[in-house]
Amino acid sequence: MTVTPATLAPVSITARPLRCRNCGAERAPAPVAICDQCLGPLDPVYDPTRRLPDRATIAGRAPSLWRYQEWLPFDGEPVLSLDTGFTPLVEAPALARRLGVAHAWVKNDTVCHPSLSFKDRVVAAAINAAAAFGLDTIGCASTGNLANAVAAHAARAGLKAWIFIPDELEAGKVVGTSVYGARLVRVRGTYDDVNRLCAQVADRFGWGVVNVNLRSYYGEGSKTVAYEVVEQLRWRLPSAVVAPMAGGSLLTKLRKGFGEFLDAGLVSGPAPRLYGAQAAGCAPIVRLVERGGGQIEPEIPQTICRSLAIGNPADGAFAARAIRETGGWAAAVSDDELVAGIRVLAEDVGVFGETAAGATTAAALALARAGRFRPDDELVLCITGHGLKTLEAVSGALAVAPVIDPRLREVAALVERS
Amino acid sequence: MAITVNLPSVLAAHAGGARTIEATGRTLGEAVADVATRYPALGPRLRDAQGKPYPFVNFYLNDQDVRFRGGFAAPVQDGDEVTVIPAIAGG
Repeated sequence: MTVTPATLAPVSITARPLRCRNCGAERAPAPVAICDQCLGPLDPVYDPTRRLPDRATIAGRAPSLWRYQEWLPFDGEPVLSLDTGFTPLVEAPALARRLGVAHAWVKNDTVCHPSLSFKDRVVAAAINAAAAFGLDTIGCASTGNLANAVAAHAARAGLKAWIFIPDELEAGKVVGTSVYGARLVRVRGTYDDVNRLCAQVADRFGWGVVNVNLRSYYGEGSKTVAYEVVEQLRWRLPSAVVAPMAGGSLLTKLRKGFGEFLDAGLVSGPAPRLYGAQAAGCAPIVRLVERGGGQIEPEIPQTICRSLAIGNPADGAFAARAIRETGGWAAAVSDDELVAGIRVLAEDVGVFGETAAGATTAAALALARAGRFRPDDELVLCITGHGLKTLEAVSGALAVAPVIDPRLREVAALVERS
Repeated sequence: MAITVNLPSVLAAHAGGARTIEATGRTLGEAVADVATRYPALGPRLRDAQGKPYPFVNFYLNDQDVRFRGGFAAPVQDGDEVTVIPAIAGG
């Protein structure tokens, strides 16, 4: 299954070698995310002597995540998904007042290109790994956003896509995948069942399953959120970042991204405190942060926040460590709170986020109430997916719009009553 | 009839190339110990020096995560199917 599709030739990109996070064993670049010595996760290895760009060089590049390509796990030039990333960082003074912090910004990945979630970033990385390896089929296990992203990026690249999701996802996530012509498979069970199945699928069929055997390359795309935040704050670090947690990878990659820009001398100061958000109906990482220790206790998800409904998050322990070591914390919120969080984000900031965005906003409010933030904090909320994908969650909570005849006096009556 | 153990391809090389092997035992831990005895290269990749599971290696008993069934203490019987899958996050 290593046929190079015509659309990918000529390929000018190669993937970086890999090293086991657990035992340190190194291996050649490959669509493999697991160490064959100890089964630990593999991370890409960068050339420490590579030439890194300065601020001006980065600022002069095209507005996409590839402006940071020296920190992405490839040599040569990317060939696919060249226009993903560099989403707006929206200042949110009303939300800052509500949170009791000096400044707040929303990193608005609801408008990430092309599929309206931050998963476009990781798929942009993974699909270039697929190109480097000459794979003609990509796939994923997904709670929805990743399904949308894989389907969209694959369609554009002319690759085949096999996408596996839990059978009970929101209509927007299902339609927003099928429309691209992907082979969408709904699996009876939870995301964790789907994930387990996809580990077996990747092993059997030799596809590039982006969050399974291409995971080492895929995950690095998340770091670009941190790079963009730093650049958009005019080369400063925020003091705190709140991000949603599903598998837990984003938290670890945010830390890595901020750390890499500190190491490169592009920015200085203390690394941001990282805060994680989950829904109370599936909060294994929050509970690990709260009780301490090093091992996730898996849960059976029961929440409307399906994009975060991973009961057995493989990066959960790493995320909990990143939270603790940066001086952050974590919070779980009820489904009612996260729906209210969607509305707060929309009404305060003008950004319509999906359920994970509601969880992130509500968790930030809960953390503020618990005194976890400081009055001088400069806080960034990572808002990772568009609200049009999860209309079901919030539509019932909103006022029903009045219906009138097309007469001015009826409008006047409404204005009178408002 | 015994317990069937399905291995990921990264581990098959440590079991003479076999993707599926058989094991015996009354609990999952005993079955893993049986595998470790017969395939010495496989043993340390399935469990730590104290015989405990690693956090990044998941075991499924008839497609159910064994952590919901007592982990290595989960009872097993002839005909059961155990699948070893490295932990991989998603989203």
